[in-house]
Amino acid sequence: MTDLSAGGIPAARPKSSLLTEDARTKKRNAAERRFKIYGLSAVLLGVAALVMLLISILGNGLSAFQQTYVTLQVELPAETLDKEGNRNRDEMAKVSTFGYSPLIAVAVENAVTEAGIETELSPQDQGDIISKEAAAQLRNFVLANPNVVGETITFEFLANGRIDGYLKDRVTRETAALDKNVSPGQLDLTDALQEAGILEQRFNWAFLTMPDASGQRPEAAGLGVAIMGSLYMMLIVLGLALPIGVAASIYLEEFAPKNRITDIIEVNISNLAAVPSIVFGILGLAIFINFAGLPQSAPIVGGLVLTLMTLPTIIIATRASLKSVPPSIRDAALGVGASKMQSVFHHVLPLAAPGILTGTIIGLAQALGETAPLLLIGMVAFVREYPSGPPEGFFDPASALPVQIYNWTQRSDPAFVERASGAIIVLLIFLVSMNALAIFLRRRFERRW
Amino acid sequence: MSVFFLLIIVLGFGALGFVLGRSRALASADGNIRNLHSLPNYYGFNVALSTIIPALGLLAILSLVLPILIDNRVSTFIPADSISEDTTRSLVMSDVRRVADGLDTAVAAGAMTEDEAQTVSTETTDVRERLGAVGVALGSNVEPFVLRAAQSYRAQAAAAQLWTTFLIIGVAIGGFAISFLRTNREFRARNVVENGVLVLLMAAASIAILTTLGIVFSMVFETRNFFQDYHWTDFFFGTTWSPNFRGDSDLGIIPLLWGTLYISFIALLVAVPIGLFAAIYLSEYATHKFRSFAKPAIEILAGIPTIVYGLFALITVGPFLRDYFAQPSGLGESASSVMTAGLVMGIMLIPFVSSLSDDIINAVPQSMRDGSLGIGATHSETIRQVVLPAALPGIVGAVLLAASRAIGETMIVVLGAGAAARLDLNPFEAMTTVTVKIVSQLTGDTDFASPETLVAFALGLTLFVITLGLNVFALYIVRKYREQYE
Repeated sequence: MTDLSAGGIPAARPKSSLLTEDARTKKRNAAERRFKIYGLSAVLLGVAALVMLLISILGNGLSAFQQTYVTLQVELPAETLDKEGNRNRDEMAKVSTFGYSPLIAVAVENAVTEAGIETELSPQDQGDIISKEAAAQLRNFVLANPNVVGETITFEFLANGRIDGYLKDRVTRETAALDKNVSPGQLDLTDALQEAGILEQRFNWAFLTMPDASGQRPEAAGLGVAIMGSLYMMLIVLGLALPIGVAASIYLEEFAPKNRITDIIEVNISNLAAVPSIVFGILGLAIFINFAGLPQSAPIVGGLVLTLMTLPTIIIATRASLKSVPPSIRDAALGVGASKMQSVFHHVLPLAAPGILTGTIIGLAQALGETAPLLLIGMVAFVREYPSGPPEGFFDPASALPVQIYNWTQRSDPAFVERASGAIIVLLIFLVSMNALAIFLRRRFERRW
Repeated sequence: MSVFFLLIIVLGFGALGFVLGRSRALASADGNIRNLHSLPNYYGFNVALSTIIPALGLLAILSLVLPILIDNRVSTFIPADSISEDTTRSLVMSDVRRVADGLDTAVAAGAMTEDEAQTVSTETTDVRERLGAVGVALGSNVEPFVLRAAQSYRAQAAAAQLWTTFLIIGVAIGGFAISFLRTNREFRARNVVENGVLVLLMAAASIAILTTLGIVFSMVFETRNFFQDYHWTDFFFGTTWSPNFRGDSDLGIIPLLWGTLYISFIALLVAVPIGLFAAIYLSEYATHKFRSFAKPAIEILAGIPTIVYGLFALITVGPFLRDYFAQPSGLGESASSVMTAGLVMGIMLIPFVSSLSDDIINAVPQSMRDGSLGIGATHSETIRQVVLPAALPGIVGAVLLAASRAIGETMIVVLGAGAAARLDLNPFEAMTTVTVKIVSQLTGDTDFASPETLVAFALGLTLFVITLGLNVFALYIVRKYREQYE
């Protein structure tokens, strides 16, 4: 039957062979190759974006770790600094920084003549190659060591931000001619001083330890207070979010009955993870500052807000790692007479600990880089004093690393762009090391069942 | 006594309770553990927990409630007529607090005796000068009623502190005594302790709900205040945004929403194709070696804080777009623009789209691919005509989640988009978003009575509702889709 019906019309012979591509196959194969190239270029675009981001930040920021210093011999005449002559610190504190800046100007002039450099600059202009912060630093040093008064000491001064920028190619003779803060003559003097070995670039530890400085003194601005503030907030987040997060996960994963309330809590947690961070800032402002009366700009408020933001991350990670502990462990514990609570706390929790730790570190890393909520609770304030030690220090005003970066981007002096990028490098180093630690812990301790 | 010191005392009592409870249980069983109902440590935990938990709970409540009570009672000292146009009750209260702190400092420094601080009056002494002598700088002369309020404030604060101390220590001792006396060999300590721990676990889990309630209430409350001063139709349908701190501002949300949506749209235009193609390539084509390098590299983008992207937009992308696109084509002069913020936000969203799509593409059963390849489709035809349609609902969900992320993003737009509220189609023009305006209205000097500040709460609530809606919808789609293949 089939033979008959099929045999009536002889099957058309294919004109082409599988071995030679016809036009349609070629088209389809070309489409296949194009598709693959689209995919590959998408991946490469993503990687290129990462590389560009890192190049931009590193290119702008690495120079923040170099700073120009001028080493000078400063005379500290007793007659101006300590009129009474009894080296009493309280009386010496009456001499303000205005009493110290002439000493620095004289020191620069002496160094210039001693090195045999010829310059047409007035002594005032010569002194201006030193940072305006220098007088305060010299004053602090003298008040800390009153017995140096009357001697000539060797002291390292920060160079002015523009001079520092000149050595980093940010300031050129053309821009200096238009700039009222620096003149081409001062740049010539800088070259000469550098040749004489009086002025040099060195690694900038002060960037990591000193507090912020005002908008006119970018050379003195540092991250010390911001790092302290971030550290305090991380301590608070760790101390609150870890126990609360683990407790909540244990309840939801091991004890919660399957009912409406549990459902609501679970939906709630997954939604909280996606609430914009700025909304948490509004929460912090309204509840912790306006309602509970906690101080503004304090690490305690920042820590509480970040705790609430980090909780969902920790809960999701903890629940995943509790879930991965096989039920046989629980059954074995229950079988030998342990209570449900004992089986969880003595057996399941220790086995889940590496996963919990990893999730916590990743949550902390997220919290460390969070900026927007901290802006709303007043951490943008200009803070120069270090917070005191915990627990009182939690209530002192402080800054935080990402907020300090934001703060510096808002200032007009271009030297602050370098500072902000440098601060980002510091932030990224912290983040990379935290994530590396998390990966190491996962590789080292996680058990596969 | 400071709160910190109280905490130490209560914890000390708890530790003592543990030791005593445990030994009392052992003693009641004649030193033989087998006569006890529970392990001895449970008796110890029982006493320690009953000592610590009620005391700390009460401490938390008191330290929240007492300051509010004191404020209310002290504010009766402030005559209504002293609250004029340029000051508010809360400003006067902060004056009162400052004077009270100043008196505290003066007493601590020995410049005043405790009695003197409570009886000193403005008629006989210049309080501002005396406080200035101990380093407390006051802005203006101290009004008589402020000083009286400050003195009453100090007296009540001292009384409250004393009462708190007594009450907390009393509760701690009470809890200790009751649980200690109950301790004997028949007492079911393990059951009691485990029930207590369960309650603590439940409390921890409910913090998530409390947070949501806190968010909603804090914003709803202030938003209601805002709508009393400013009509809601003007807010939701107004097309100009020009806050003016002398009052009489136009606070229409439309230009802000337009900026937000425009920037998010450009961000998605960048992130969705790149993220989706990257996910397809990595899950369907890439060799194992390439994948193990490229996937983490893209995911690093997700771990970079948004302030870093913001700075990237500010110092690199913005000037680049201005110098090479906007200025030559005459479209704009500003480095911060919709394009800048959109592009950078798109880069931030790439890993978000790609890792979600990766999961979803991997969840499509292999048998569907095998069937399509078996009837002669090429790899790309299989992906386009079988895998992607099957994964489509999940991918839509991923895009919606990315959109909600883009709408709520703050730092990139603060640094990259500009501050001018504008209804415009030109992508090289600076525009602003809801989040930028929340930041600018709530930082710096804020006065929580003016609509210019309160509008930030209404903006926040709008943002919260939009992102929440998108998330719930997206999670619903993703979840529904997952069930199909499980």
